[in-house]
Amino acid sequence: MAAPAAYPARWKRPPQIFTNSLWRVVLFWGAAIYLVLALGSIDANWARIAQGWERGMRFVGGFLQPDFTSRWKDISNGLVESLTMTLTSTVVGILISVPIGIGAARNVAPAWVYYICRGIIAASRALQEIIVAIFFVAMFGFGPFAGFLTLAFGTIGFLSKLLAEDIEDIDEAQAEAIRATGASWAQMINYAIQPQVMPRLIGLSLYRLDINFRESSVIGIVGAGGIGATLNTAIDRYEYDSAGAILLIIIALVMVSEYGSSYLRKFLQ
Amino acid sequence: MTDTAPPAVWRRRTPRTALLIWAGWFALVALFVFCWQVMNRGTIWAFVWDAPRQAADIGSRMMPPRWSYLPELMVPLWDTLNMATLGTVLGVILAVPVAFLAARNTTPSAAVLRPVALFVIVASRSINSLIWALLLVAIMGPGLLAGIIAIGLRSIGFIGKLLYEAIEEVDVGPVEAVTATGAGRAQILDYAIVPQVLPAFWGITVFRWDINIRESAILGLVGAGGLGLKLQGSLNVLAWPQVTMILLVILATVILSEWVSARVRQAII
Repeated sequence: MAAPAAYPARWKRPPQIFTNSLWRVVLFWGAAIYLVLALGSIDANWARIAQGWERGMRFVGGFLQPDFTSRWKDISNGLVESLTMTLTSTVVGILISVPIGIGAARNVAPAWVYYICRGIIAASRALQEIIVAIFFVAMFGFGPFAGFLTLAFGTIGFLSKLLAEDIEDIDEAQAEAIRATGASWAQMINYAIQPQVMPRLIGLSLYRLDINFRESSVIGIVGAGGIGATLNTAIDRYEYDSAGAILLIIIALVMVSEYGSSYLRKFLQ
Repeated sequence: MTDTAPPAVWRRRTPRTALLIWAGWFALVALFVFCWQVMNRGTIWAFVWDAPRQAADIGSRMMPPRWSYLPELMVPLWDTLNMATLGTVLGVILAVPVAFLAARNTTPSAAVLRPVALFVIVASRSINSLIWALLLVAIMGPGLLAGIIAIGLRSIGFIGKLLYEAIEEVDVGPVEAVTATGAGRAQILDYAIVPQVLPAFWGITVFRWDINIRESAILGLVGAGGLGLKLQGSLNVLAWPQVTMILLVILATVILSEWVSARVRQAII
């Protein structure tokens, strides 16, 4: 019987990102100098902050004693706008992103379709939701319709990209088996691709529903409707007890949608 | 034999499930139609039909971008980068203890502190950084500091959630080995858990930094300094060529930060 390999008696240093010690020193000092410079650029106005402190305490007080009643009409209007915007934009976004997602999958789409669809996805992902909302408000006027378009636009980039990646990862054997029966392209999508990606598509859709609700609470700040507009108004009027109530509602709804969507995803998969 | 003959045609689902699925789809469509109508109660359709003309109008005003405006954007760009970086640092400092409190295997009390930490994580994730900035600007006045704190508070949820999941997934072998030597709690953390989650920690931090660059670019819209402030100013005076220029700078920054974060993550993981 051969003797077991000798156990290393000396400790060896695990591999490092930078093997060159000079680089490490340069990087460390570079980061330190940058942090000092960055901290120097803050220029906080302490007098203003001291003034704001009292206001901050009033906000904390408003958060602890939220006022749901006096602005309830505005709050409920904002909530209805946010919720309807969320649902409609998710549904429309999914309807648009399914064909784009199929087109952006290299293994089922011809090259020119692939490049067009990837371009649409890149455009949707590069533009921040708030910036898109600014443009849609300028084009379609204030209100939830602009918000609906913004969220639907954001949904396309998210869902199509993930769906396309999923289609590219499918088990090719099933697609080949269907193709061998002489199926057309549409039949191949329907019988070979769709059953494989459907559970994940449902999961992603629910996740996006959750994201869209969160976003719908913000885009109102630039005029695209929803609870964000109500919150903006409340803060502008220094009505911190109403603002606290709105924030609590947002947190509660996000929690419900998060747990709800993760439960549903488990149930459906 | 009196057994019932098997059905002549194979069906994937029993009639009952098929009916349930149809009912589900029907309910979804009905809900969509209802939401669509509620959402569009206040929509002025004349504006909507006018949108293509408006878009063409804005588009023609935006071209060409005002390149002479570029030097003026350098200071806001520097501010935006600082806001993202310092905000990420603040977020990390706040999130690390929260993550250790929230992880099932490191929390000192699963009954009290863990739910509190989980609530902090969910609350931070559900309130967008733009809302945090809106509040903080109202409290401490416009400026970088409000933006940094907004970014930091928003980052807690993201970093905390991913980090506590990484902590819960550590290999128990080293933990048991270190425990067997009679190590204290702090020593177990230091020698068995921290080295295992360190790569994940850096990956998460860089990922969040990348997201924070995007967010800090627009925080100025509510008065928190940086490129967004310039964007707001240009939008207010309808200086569309300047808006184009700012959007180009934001786009370039986002692409650059995405590249940096992808490279760093590749090097670590």
